Amino acid sequence: MCGIIGVIDRTRQCMDGTGIRAALSQMDERGSGEGAGYAVYGAFPDFKDYYAVHVFFDNLHETKPLVEEELSKWGIIEHQEAIPTYDQPNIRKVHFPWRFFFKPDSHLMPWSTTPADDIVTHLVMKINSSIPGALVYASGKNVAVFKASGWPEDVADFYRIQDYKGYLWLGHNRYPTNTPGWWGGAHPFNLLHWSVVHNGEITSYGTNRRYIESYGYRCSMYTDTEVVAYLFDLLIRRHGLSIETAVKALAPPFWDEIDQMPERDKEIMRAIRLTYGSALMNGPFAIVVANHDSMVGFTDRIKLRPLVSGELGNRLYISSEEAAIRTMEPDVGEIIMPKAGEPVIGRVRG
Amino acid sequence: MSIGSVPLRYRISVDHDQCMLCGRCVESCPYGVFRKEGEHIHVNSRVCVACHRCISMCPRDAISLVERPVDYRSHPLWTPQVREAIYNQARTGKIILSGMGNAQDYPVIFDRLVLDACQVTNPSIDPLREPMELRTYLGKKPSHLDFQKIDGDTVLETKLSPNLMVETPIMIGHMSYGAISLNAQKSLARAVTECGTFMGTGEGGLHESLYPYQNHMIVQVASGRFGVDINYLERGAAIEIKIGQGAKPGLGGHLPGEKVCADVSCTRMIPEGSDAISPAPHHDIYSIEDLKQLVRSLKEATEWKKPVFVKIAAVHNSAAIAAGIARSSADAVVIDGFRGGTGAAPRVFRDHVGIPIEAAVASVDAKLRSQGIRNEVSIIASGGIRESADVAKVIALGADAVYIGTAALVAMGCRVCGTCYKGLCPWGIATQRPDLVARLDPDVASANVANLIHAWTLELSELMGAAGINSIESLRGNRDRLRGYLLDESIMKILDIKTVGA
Repeated sequence: MCGIIGVIDRTRQCMDGTGIRAALSQMDERGSGEGAGYAVYGAFPDFKDYYAVHVFFDNLHETKPLVEEELSKWGIIEHQEAIPTYDQPNIRKVHFPWRFFFKPDSHLMPWSTTPADDIVTHLVMKINSSIPGALVYASGKNVAVFKASGWPEDVADFYRIQDYKGYLWLGHNRYPTNTPGWWGGAHPFNLLHWSVVHNGEITSYGTNRRYIESYGYRCSMYTDTEVVAYLFDLLIRRHGLSIETAVKALAPPFWDEIDQMPERDKEIMRAIRLTYGSALMNGPFAIVVANHDSMVGFTDRIKLRPLVSGELGNRLYISSEEAAIRTMEPDVGEIIMPKAGEPVIGRVRG
Repeated sequence: MSIGSVPLRYRISVDHDQCMLCGRCVESCPYGVFRKEGEHIHVNSRVCVACHRCISMCPRDAISLVERPVDYRSHPLWTPQVREAIYNQARTGKIILSGMGNAQDYPVIFDRLVLDACQVTNPSIDPLREPMELRTYLGKKPSHLDFQKIDGDTVLETKLSPNLMVETPIMIGHMSYGAISLNAQKSLARAVTECGTFMGTGEGGLHESLYPYQNHMIVQVASGRFGVDINYLERGAAIEIKIGQGAKPGLGGHLPGEKVCADVSCTRMIPEGSDAISPAPHHDIYSIEDLKQLVRSLKEATEWKKPVFVKIAAVHNSAAIAAGIARSSADAVVIDGFRGGTGAAPRVFRDHVGIPIEAAVASVDAKLRSQGIRNEVSIIASGGIRESADVAKVIALGADAVYIGTAALVAMGCRVCGTCYKGLCPWGIATQRPDLVARLDPDVASANVANLIHAWTLELSELMGAAGINSIESLRGNRDRLRGYLLDESIMKILDIKTVGA
């Protein structure tokens, strides 16, 4: 199951977390009270040029110094703080959420064309695979992630997301089967600028994971969703594909459809499928992925999970359910059901 | 005669109450087991090879066959096979020749692997109702794509190398004209053409009567260069350089002169009746850079229009060798496991040299991925693929496609008697004797082989659908969908799979 929702304001007008809290709670039927989370872009205007490295610590005494040491090897920690939380009767605080505002020293990775991003990616992979008791669960600039084990409304109140504002929100209500109760298993998943919420199960995970790991990513969260964030990072940031092309690689049309396409489209689609066969995501899924400038929702090739979208004014909504969108924005116009594999894309203007 | 005769391998007996003296058994057996004298069929069981031709032809089911009717004193080490090999070599002083695949009792890894299926949390996909894609492209793929925007249009800048497109990942491996009959090759060629897949010519040239099927044939260049000229190279859909063969790693080919009839001699471009012995190494390949030169020469000769494959036997160091091949401009690496069949191989090689295909594919795929060059070459697995489940398992371990050999022959009647090297195949498959070859009707045999490929393709679709996968590339290297059942830790580590229950 799982319920997902995303909203983007194309003019970067900020919204607080009240609306998405209500919308996600509307889909409690799709969850089990064992995981929920939110991501918000534009959350840290005072530190917008710093990577906001979010870490779940099992304890602060032993593991935090190790993480600080790793970060310090590659740059400067401008500011750090415990992420404010407010006790809720239904949430057991098993981790200490912490955030570092970090500036990598680009000179330390001279061989890279995107050194700052690569340093942060390296640190995320390194910390998550080598420091037990520390899990980096978000690492982008000006993006905050709030997640825990609990119902959406409890998690929202635990972090008081109504106190945060942003122009792009994602929310996820989890019905876990793999790693219930583990905060790291809750969505959104984030790497650098990418955040992902996902409803479904990726049956090609074994293939996708081996593919992405051959490019230096390390899957450390025991769940299939993180691979989506890494694939977007690889295809769009490192390989320079457009969002549309990346979605075509991840959920391509069938060969029967490709064979009917005009010659030029056929050639392009064939090249995409040949090159990115190992990136193709199979199995039932609906996904919303966001970065600073856009939000894209798409489903698997035969749409085995629901995804609808609607618009009002400058805002685009994508969700598992119409009811959730209408909870957030009762006046939304026509609700669209995108076809299998066809992306719904919202971009900020300018 | 100090050793004396060894006990019978097989005892043939005829139920004389059932026998109607039709004489079909006498006609069927090229080895001379049966003799009709008056109103009685006499039997010489000693020359029987258990090919079952007589049994399949007997209209009264009057013939029975018992394996090893005479016991040796049982012993776990000094098995009857071991003792008989010694008697044989004590007599002849020669290397023992054998046919078909590895006959040693090694555990079969495929049989210790189980596949996955979806339940509840994700739906299985029904191939009767939803599209299921098995189409596979074999060859080099780019590591990434470059696009350019020209006048608002997206234009693909990356140039793709030629790839072979197969509608099902099941191809037929290289069995030469010479090793098998022309009727057998014709049957296979018609079957692969019908199924949208490919077959190999083996190191035996391309007979004129196969030209109509050339777009579905992969021509082989092996160490003897038999049958190779520019006409041959240009006719093939792809070219395969054979370095080694799973049944006899480290050796060249061996076709006994008895099988080199006039037609075979023309196609191979060798004298009639001469043994066709191809050398163990290619005499122009003494290291990996020489292989690269040959790959590029063949591409140059065919104007870079055809993919070039390189076939190696699965040996201990396959992964590193494959990584070298991936850097040689080759488009695919074929790995032939130690259970791979053969027309003729020294028994000691067939049974004792090389490694299983399952382990070889897993380590090659992992090595190529770790070096970031998996897209440089496709992996074709062969050697001991017996059923569609083996195909699914080896693809999940990392192969792009498979070659089948023995299975295709069995579909034409072969009983796996392992006597191919004698050239007397009673099924008309591994023989050149015209009366025996005539027993194989290409109309019937090609339909049988095509049926087999269709049936496996359907089963593969069902297995994928059950696993919630609708495209073969999502099965490829998806080892998470395999589990090891009573496999030891070290093998599971190489295969990169978990145990059942985990």
